[in-house]
Amino acid sequence: MSDDDALVRVDNLVKHFPIRSGGLLGRTVGQVQAVDGVSLTIGRGQTLGLVGETGCGKSTLARCIAGLIPVTAGSVTFEGHDITNLSRRAMQPYRREIQMIFQDPYGSLNPRRRVGSIIGEPFAVHNMLSGTARKTKVQELMERVGLNPEHFNRFPAEFSGGQRQRIGVARALALQPKLIICDEPVSALDVSIQAQVLNLLADLQDDFGLSYLFIAHDLEVVRHVSHAVTVMYLGRIAESGPKDPVYDAPRHPYTNALLSAVPSADPEAAASRQRIILTGDVPSPINPPSGCRFHPRCPKAQDLCSQQEPLLEVKAGDPPGHETACHFPVAQGETFARAGRASRTGTA
Amino acid sequence: MSIVTELEVQADTGPEQSIEGRSQWQLTWRRLLHDKVAVTSMIVIVLVAVLAIIAPAFASLTGHGVAQTFPNQGETSAGLPVSPGTHGFLLGTDSVGRDLLVRILYGARISLFVGVLTTLIATVAGVAIGLIAGYFGGWVDGVLARFIDAVLAFPYVVLALALAARFGPSLTLIIIVISFFSWAAVARIVRGQTLSLKEKEYVEAARSLGASPWRIMFFDILPNLLAPVLVLGTLLVPSAIVSRPRCRSSAWASRSRPRAGATSWPRRPTSTSRPGGTSSSRPSPC
Amino acid sequence: MSLLEVSDLRVSFPTADGLVQAVRGVSFNVEAGQTLGIVGESGSGKTVLTQTLLRLTPGGEITGKAVFNGTDLISMRDDQIRKIRGAEISVIFQDPLTSLHPLYKVGWQIAEMIRNHDRSVSKSAARERAVELLARVGIPQPRQRVDEYPHQFSGGMRQRAMIAMALSLSPKMIIADEPTTALDATVQAQILDLLLDLQRESDTALIMITHDLGVVADIADDVMVMYAGRAAERATKHDIFYEPHHPYTKGLLESIPNSSAAVGRLKPITGQPPSLINLPSGCKFHPRCAYVMDRCLTEEPPLAAVGDNGVHRSACFLPASAAGLTGEAEELRRQAVGSHRHGDAAEVAQAIADSVDTTEGSVI
Repeated sequence: MSDDDALVRVDNLVKHFPIRSGGLLGRTVGQVQAVDGVSLTIGRGQTLGLVGETGCGKSTLARCIAGLIPVTAGSVTFEGHDITNLSRRAMQPYRREIQMIFQDPYGSLNPRRRVGSIIGEPFAVHNMLSGTARKTKVQELMERVGLNPEHFNRFPAEFSGGQRQRIGVARALALQPKLIICDEPVSALDVSIQAQVLNLLADLQDDFGLSYLFIAHDLEVVRHVSHAVTVMYLGRIAESGPKDPVYDAPRHPYTNALLSAVPSADPEAAASRQRIILTGDVPSPINPPSGCRFHPRCPKAQDLCSQQEPLLEVKAGDPPGHETACHFPVAQGETFARAGRASRTGTA
Repeated sequence: MSIVTELEVQADTGPEQSIEGRSQWQLTWRRLLHDKVAVTSMIVIVLVAVLAIIAPAFASLTGHGVAQTFPNQGETSAGLPVSPGTHGFLLGTDSVGRDLLVRILYGARISLFVGVLTTLIATVAGVAIGLIAGYFGGWVDGVLARFIDAVLAFPYVVLALALAARFGPSLTLIIIVISFFSWAAVARIVRGQTLSLKEKEYVEAARSLGASPWRIMFFDILPNLLAPVLVLGTLLVPSAIVSRPRCRSSAWASRSRPRAGATSWPRRPTSTSRPGGTSSSRPSPC
Repeated sequence: MSLLEVSDLRVSFPTADGLVQAVRGVSFNVEAGQTLGIVGESGSGKTVLTQTLLRLTPGGEITGKAVFNGTDLISMRDDQIRKIRGAEISVIFQDPLTSLHPLYKVGWQIAEMIRNHDRSVSKSAARERAVELLARVGIPQPRQRVDEYPHQFSGGMRQRAMIAMALSLSPKMIIADEPTTALDATVQAQILDLLLDLQRESDTALIMITHDLGVVADIADDVMVMYAGRAAERATKHDIFYEPHHPYTKGLLESIPNSSAAVGRLKPITGQPPSLINLPSGCKFHPRCAYVMDRCLTEEPPLAAVGDNGVHRSACFLPASAAGLTGEAEELRRQAVGSHRHGDAAEVAQAIADSVDTTEGSVI
């Protein structure tokens, strides 16, 4: 994607958390390599889905882009401006353009503040609008996200999970940002409410030309909302590209395993799917495996994989933009030896 | 049970909304009223406060001043205190013939005044310092936390004695001393709470909006600190009240009310001759 | 005779605001070796239902019967039900981090469970069994792990440890309450696989409670969809996914990406689940139902048979033949509704239609 199209560009972002040995002057005894060299771009009006499991670094990456935590190395560029590690004051104008929606509808709203005050907070922080003008705008926002504007003075505890998430969306929309980072926005919601919120986000994107960085672990949901997808594993990108090539013809063994592991609400499709069960749990990001980080769990691993880290590049036969970091990418229709139990061919 | 609470919350936000949403204050008030012990305690405390406030009115009603001695009516012929009910002294008199009830009421006034004022000062200071230490962390926290620890470890009675010896005893001094050693307890708790509250998602959300640390501390963290601070405050008031006589009886003269103006110390053959004497042979009824 | 036969189970909780009717008359059977998936969202009553079977709901007013292996669980005394818990029926909870005691070693917790039910088992024998069980559930280096604390286990391993604990006394039935919700996708797949394997090995019945239709599609034999404290629909897995009758089931399928009913844009169900204190009149789903008819406002539909295999039942007044995702089924539904919607029902339908147009499925 050329610089003109990209709204956000992340270059070789690295974020390590030091582990101190404790005490007043703790020595650094190790590093949690949460994000270890990630580059990606988010286009205008586009949704980039970021998937991965616990410990893959997607939440950390999101917070680095949002400027909530300082970056160890690499850069984040917004509309051409470098916003890496800016001071709070220098970052202030960009805060209007980049907003966040959080996962926990119960934790992301201050239980002691009224909803109107929560949604109006962005205006207060940036010294915009006041008094009646602010109230009117807040009520407009509430209506836009499907809340009753008369509930302006209620507390978050008086709303359901789905409604609280809408409050979070209204807060994020207030300053008309260009990018909204959604950190697992629907994971904590009931299924029928998830669809409501997803549709709302889609509508807002159409109306306002918003870009989303959509982080989730539910691959089906990500498939539904994204234009492009990036799969992360242990702080690095395993595979990324436009949605359809990645979902229809995944090249990385991890992507394959992940896709096959997602339960599909369609028994016949589930039964006919090749099931790849990985052994073991995701290793810790403190001591990641050498070479390709996935090699200890990979059914296709060979010696090279533990020695050399694979580059993220377009593999032969793939459309441009579809990049995979693997020495032995999965070929179309390949059934590779599974490092686990045999697949189940349909249940009763 | 968690199931029931979940169901209750669910019930409150149904689409019909016929169950009115209640604010935290209403819920708390309701719970308070259901607890009989709490209601009784509340009544007692309110009663004590009211009596303390009307003490001067009471004194003028009975005609007995707080430091007024009644050598004739207030003492028996042998010079001993009269028993309750005699000559209009509802609770009797003390050894120099002063109305005990009036003195108790005035004592309550001072005690409550000291208790509440010192708690207010200690709470405001403690919350401020605890918030700053907890939120900013790093070296700020390092310095402040050690300071809090030092204050907590200090033997305040010794300091009180020293100050009293230097500056002479006074109500202002008592208030300063007690406040100074109470704020540390508040600060420590507030610091702990702040450390955990600042990890909450809504604080992160506020930061993502660009809110300044002061704004976050005041609007987001402080309201959520109210619960433990209130509890601590209510415990500080009685502890301050109790600290006062401890200060007084060890080092200071058992004179009557410091504010009640100068009184002539009734001379008795067995008493010490110095008005500001340190004798505790006459413990004051405080 | 089925392993478990539940008849007309009702559970309510008196609260300051009124009576919360958590479960309002649920009946179902579970056969040995079979898996029943109970699907429902918050407030559907699924958790209260299963916890009531083991009498883990103090404060609730319970009526109805739950006959397990010939005896009624509901009317048992405390000491009798304690013998059943763990030994005949065991439970796997959702969050293994909070279900395992953080201050006791994992091996000790499993061994304690064994010894609690049989005092004659020695400590060393119980410990050996714990090691065996940990190995059985796929925890590597079980002999080391048995002496570790829960916080030293990862999420997936903790859940395996919970499963080991649930299996320790070879129960006839396992109730798994959202066992994989808190886990990553790949770990979830492992755990579901494990459960199925274990079930097949020892012919244990499994009741799997979940809100995730994908999990149900994977491992259930029969499915019961719950709404507002009652069963909305009960059927074999195939029928639930391909021949749904109840509009709620159909709505759920249409609101999930890539389900058997998914097409392009997700179609959410408007509104929210009802308050369990102030339930709507008639059919509890009617304020959200696109097929609402006059009857629905006043009468609550009984669980009636649909289709011809005898198993499929649905609590809806739509004709029995109007089941499925095909165009014909939809036509049948529209015909049924067309002639039976007047006055009040029409208003409800209009309100639902309006809310869909303006703010995409939000009803306050």
